Amino acid sequence: MIHRLSGLALVIFLPIHFFVLGLSFHGGARLDAFLRWSDQPLVKFAEGGLVFLLTVHLLGGLRVLVIENFDWHDGQKRLAMLAATVSVLVAFIFLVRVF
Amino acid sequence: MPEPAEELSVSLWRGSAQGRYETYSVPRCESQTVLDVVTYVQRYLDPTLSYRFACRVGMCGSCAMTVNGHPRWTCRTHVAKVADGGRLRIGPLDNLPVIKDLATDMQSFFEKWQQAKGVFAPSLTRAEPMARIRPDSAARVAADAAIECINCGVCYAACDTVRWNAGYLGPAALNRAWTLVNDERDAANPARLSAVAASGGCHSCHSHQSCQEHCPLALNPTASIAGLKRRSTAAYLKGELKA
Amino acid sequence: MNVRLYVWQRATAALMVPFVLVHIAVIFYATHRQMTAADILSRTHGSAAWASFYGLFVAAVSIHASIGVRNILTEWSPLADRTVGWCAVCLGIALALLGFHAVIALVVM
Repeated sequence: MIHRLSGLALVIFLPIHFFVLGLSFHGGARLDAFLRWSDQPLVKFAEGGLVFLLTVHLLGGLRVLVIENFDWHDGQKRLAMLAATVSVLVAFIFLVRVF
Repeated sequence: MPEPAEELSVSLWRGSAQGRYETYSVPRCESQTVLDVVTYVQRYLDPTLSYRFACRVGMCGSCAMTVNGHPRWTCRTHVAKVADGGRLRIGPLDNLPVIKDLATDMQSFFEKWQQAKGVFAPSLTRAEPMARIRPDSAARVAADAAIECINCGVCYAACDTVRWNAGYLGPAALNRAWTLVNDERDAANPARLSAVAASGGCHSCHSHQSCQEHCPLALNPTASIAGLKRRSTAAYLKGELKA
Repeated sequence: MNVRLYVWQRATAALMVPFVLVHIAVIFYATHRQMTAADILSRTHGSAAWASFYGLFVAAVSIHASIGVRNILTEWSPLADRTVGWCAVCLGIALALLGFHAVIALVVM
């Protein structure tokens, strides 16, 4: 479920992300304006959330690829917990470096 | 019946698709199973209660019901293990139409078994010598790991994808198909792989593993379905399959 | 979900595993250095490497996300199968267009 919801959140975020990057189509000024705007705590926090979502979706996907292609059915719940923890850590490190 | 020390508060689903949970008070006994509880209600409290059972010793799968939110064999579920604070909530299996009270209509479950081509197709006649199958061959080991399924419907009731996708064949049907894909004597495999590779087949499985978690025989339909995914994908990539 | 969609979904997923790791590294690098638009553009402008990497990434994610959304719509919405198929295709095309536009903006313009 986390895997599906994180994917959904990312696919909603993605067009916005592409749009922002596309602001540099006529030079960097508009992108710069956005980058300056985004330099505020709430946005940074949201970015941390996005890093978490991306990492958790990646790890969930790896779990699916492993289950479907290798024989592994023990300890699944433990793996899922580990994946969530790693994602939180990665997002946390991002936030620490960014604030 | 031995002298009861305490009472259980038991909610049972009464009705069909429309209905409600009705609560009964059942004396608690040692080594009591959930099936004992349901039987007590029908015999002593309300004879209009409908439910299914047969062997009552964990061999037939007829007594499968939803107990405190999880599909289980009621004859093999000790009350002591599941009664939270002396309460039980018992309903019919999920994902199947309810006929009455605790009995469901399993027709769609069996129809999906057929759709998945979970039927053995012979390749030899009686005139030919018997096929010799090594029990330790990889294919036979794979088939044997999944073969004990008695089609009780617990995995089907536990499956999120069955709940969300009406066309999904389900873990039991696909598990059965996997045993036949691994049966060297079977002749129907090209058609069977097409059947499980179609929409609603094995590729709809999200590997949540609710089936594996709930199977009373500790079977692993997720693994069987993963095997089908690999086999049908390989066939598709080799051009042996029409998608 | 049938075998054809499954193959595309899983293949793009597998392809993107290393891409996502690289991208997370890029995110960390760029944010830690507090890179401005000029900083970013000076690195990406005219770079065939970045164009290839992110171009391929955009293509893969457009396919992967649209099949994923297709599954969500099939299972969680009352829409018919054909409608769901069209929604997925439209989403895929939209993501690809926006994505390639962004890549061109960073590499060419």
